[in-house]
Amino acid sequence: MNTNEVSYMLEIKDLKVNIEDKEILKGINLHVNAGEVHAIMGPNGSGKSTLASALAGRDYFDITHGKILYEGKDLTELAPEDRAREGIFLGFQYPVEIPGVSMVNFLRTAINSMRKYRNQEPLPAGEFLKLMREKKKIVEIDSDLTNRSVNEGFSGGEKKKNEIFQMALLDTRLAILDETDSGLDIDALRIVANGVNYLRSPENATIIITHYQRLLDYIVPDFVHVLYKGRIVKSGDKSLAKELEEHGYDWIKQEVDMDA
Amino acid sequence: MTDQEKILNEVTGSDYKFGFYTDIDTETIPKGLNEDVIRIISAKKEEPEWLTESRLKAFRHWQGLKMPEWAHLQISEIDYQDIIYYAAPIQEAKYQNMDEVDPELIDTFNRLGIPLEEQKQLAGVAVDAVIDSVSVKTTFQDTLADKGIIFCSFSEAVKNHPDLIKKFMGSVVPYTDNYFAALNSAVFSDGSFCYIPKGVRCPMELSTYFRINAANTGQFERTLIVVEDDAYVSYLEGCTAPQRDENQLHAAIVEIVAMENSEVKYSTVQNWYPGDKEGKGGIYNFVTKRGICKGDNSKISWTQVETGSAITWKYPSCILRGNNSVGEFYSVAVTNNYQQADTGTKMIHIGKNTRSTIISKGISAGKSQNSYRGLVKVLKGAENARNFSQCDSLLLGDKCGAHTFPYLEVDNKTAIVEHEATTSKIGEDQIFYCNQRGIDTENAISLIVNGYAKEVLNKLPMEFAVEAQKLLAITLEGSVG
Ligand SMILES: Nc1ncnc2c1ncn2[C@@H]1O[C@H](COP(=O)(O)OP(=O)(O)O)[C@@H](O)[C@H]1O
Ligand SMILES: [Mg+2]
Repeated sequence: MNTNEVSYMLEIKDLKVNIEDKEILKGINLHVNAGEVHAIMGPNGSGKSTLASALAGRDYFDITHGKILYEGKDLTELAPEDRAREGIFLGFQYPVEIPGVSMVNFLRTAINSMRKYRNQEPLPAGEFLKLMREKKKIVEIDSDLTNRSVNEGFSGGEKKKNEIFQMALLDTRLAILDETDSGLDIDALRIVANGVNYLRSPENATIIITHYQRLLDYIVPDFVHVLYKGRIVKSGDKSLAKELEEHGYDWIKQEVDMDA
Repeated sequence: MTDQEKILNEVTGSDYKFGFYTDIDTETIPKGLNEDVIRIISAKKEEPEWLTESRLKAFRHWQGLKMPEWAHLQISEIDYQDIIYYAAPIQEAKYQNMDEVDPELIDTFNRLGIPLEEQKQLAGVAVDAVIDSVSVKTTFQDTLADKGIIFCSFSEAVKNHPDLIKKFMGSVVPYTDNYFAALNSAVFSDGSFCYIPKGVRCPMELSTYFRINAANTGQFERTLIVVEDDAYVSYLEGCTAPQRDENQLHAAIVEIVAMENSEVKYSTVQNWYPGDKEGKGGIYNFVTKRGICKGDNSKISWTQVETGSAITWKYPSCILRGNNSVGEFYSVAVTNNYQQADTGTKMIHIGKNTRSTIISKGISAGKSQNSYRGLVKVLKGAENARNFSQCDSLLLGDKCGAHTFPYLEVDNKTAIVEHEATTSKIGEDQIFYCNQRGIDTENAISLIVNGYAKEVLNKLPMEFAVEAQKLLAITLEGSVG
């Protein structure tokens, strides 16, 4: 076996994914190294969320072909909770509300599940609260928010900030942020971007899914990929995002559709 | 099978923890129900003549009744002649001393998490332990007696406090009330009696633990709680039964009398054997629970967590007769596999400025049926009566049913009655969100369900709230999506 493969944090090889017998992803190839930030852009319906969900282990997708390796391990063999415990974090495009379950209780359960997986004792309540306070600062989250039920009655911006807050709290190594920027005003956008930049380190990697370039003014990606009709049709550096901003997706669509 | 179904099957697939049977010497009488059997029960309990007669009267009345069919329940026919109406662990008199108690019995209650040794118990909880037809041990009796509180088995109360029993028994639930009340009044075996004198706040939780052990027996206990002026008590009832293929009958009566400015908090964690995954066996639980707020400014609060029984038929109710009296009903009813529950409450507003609150949380999984049935009745004289009802149903999966039957009868124009109802499903999205934060599906369900039921669980005494939370999780283990 080629040991080089292990050096990628994430390696997606010719990944094909179906939903109810309809092929949504038609052969995705992507490598992400620790320390990198990748942006995945593309028109609505291209399969961006599908890719994110497949990485996180959402089960109504059928992986019909290809491989996903994460830190050398076959990701498809891990249950969604184990992927999370291995450091994969998905920032949801539409964070879910869980009435009656306080953020505090939810996050303590999450952290302690992860600690148990690593054979660590549950975090004492005092330390947990201290950790919460620290991480809340990163996203300038209102302390009142963590006493409420998970996402219940949160504004759009609060929900997204809450995702970044959780990303910071849960020892994330690979963050996949699905349109975390959409629907945010400039202030919230800046806070979200700060959070991501704060966590940027040589050990961590981030995949930012977005269809606007504006977030990329705040978080400078190392690579930009365009996903269209279930394939990555173009990759480049941050200048590709600028190009898309100026010219839209039409020129790419034309190129791809002409080849087809 | 979709993934949702897979998760559902997993979570609903767990086993009943209290299904063991204890091999203790048990004295039983032959199966069957007739006047002789009733006389035998009464004789075994050395009851006074008036009580024997009262039983016989109830029995004759019952013979003329038909089993009620209005509930949303499918009940296979019950052969009342095929049931044993009296079973008791063999023992002379009641144990005064722990050394006298059959070690098997102590062990049984230990396994149920109810140690009978006072020093091992939760501080501040006195227990009356009832196995099959008799009470085997009541703890902390002396401590309570110092305050003038009577807490003992029903049989003891008949012997030692006949005047109180004569005065209050049947005063809230008369034997003519309904089919199962009549049956219970004829054959009731044991139960608890609790009397809090004027001005006394009971310093500890009182609790009765009911255990069916013997096969083919029915359990018919009665509980009577009388709380005098300015007195307070918090009472808890728990129950379990061994796992068996046959259905077993449980038909109980609970009566509460609350005098002026008094308050009674009655909490139940009902965990009778629910039957197996195919719906075989389980307890038929037909219970009449009712309290009367007799005095002004009195309050009765029912909190129930219903997770067990194959069939539950139960409507803890409040008669709000005193002016400014308050009735509350907080309920979580969980059904899984083939369980059926038809439960709710009746709030009868008679006095002025009476208030009632109903919070019902139904959770159905598997192929179970879960119904809320509630009556809010405001009589003519009940000026300014208020009621708020909220009935929520949570569905886990799509093979179960949730139903709401709210009845309203308002005869006073000043009354304000509000009713809210919601039905929701545990979403696969919610579970996946938890999974993505490292929480496995079982814990996710437990988290979501406990969050949903929080308003009610918060009403339980602390020690029991934790137990109840675990119980919800266990009941639904193996079930969601
Ligand atoms: N749960 C689902 N069931 C059926 N089709 C789906 C589902 N999720 C996504 N799709 C389809 O898959 C395609 C890609 O969707 P998605 O991954 O959400 O795209 P994007 O995030 O790029 O907008 C779309 O055609 C969408 O309709
Ligand atoms: Mg999307």
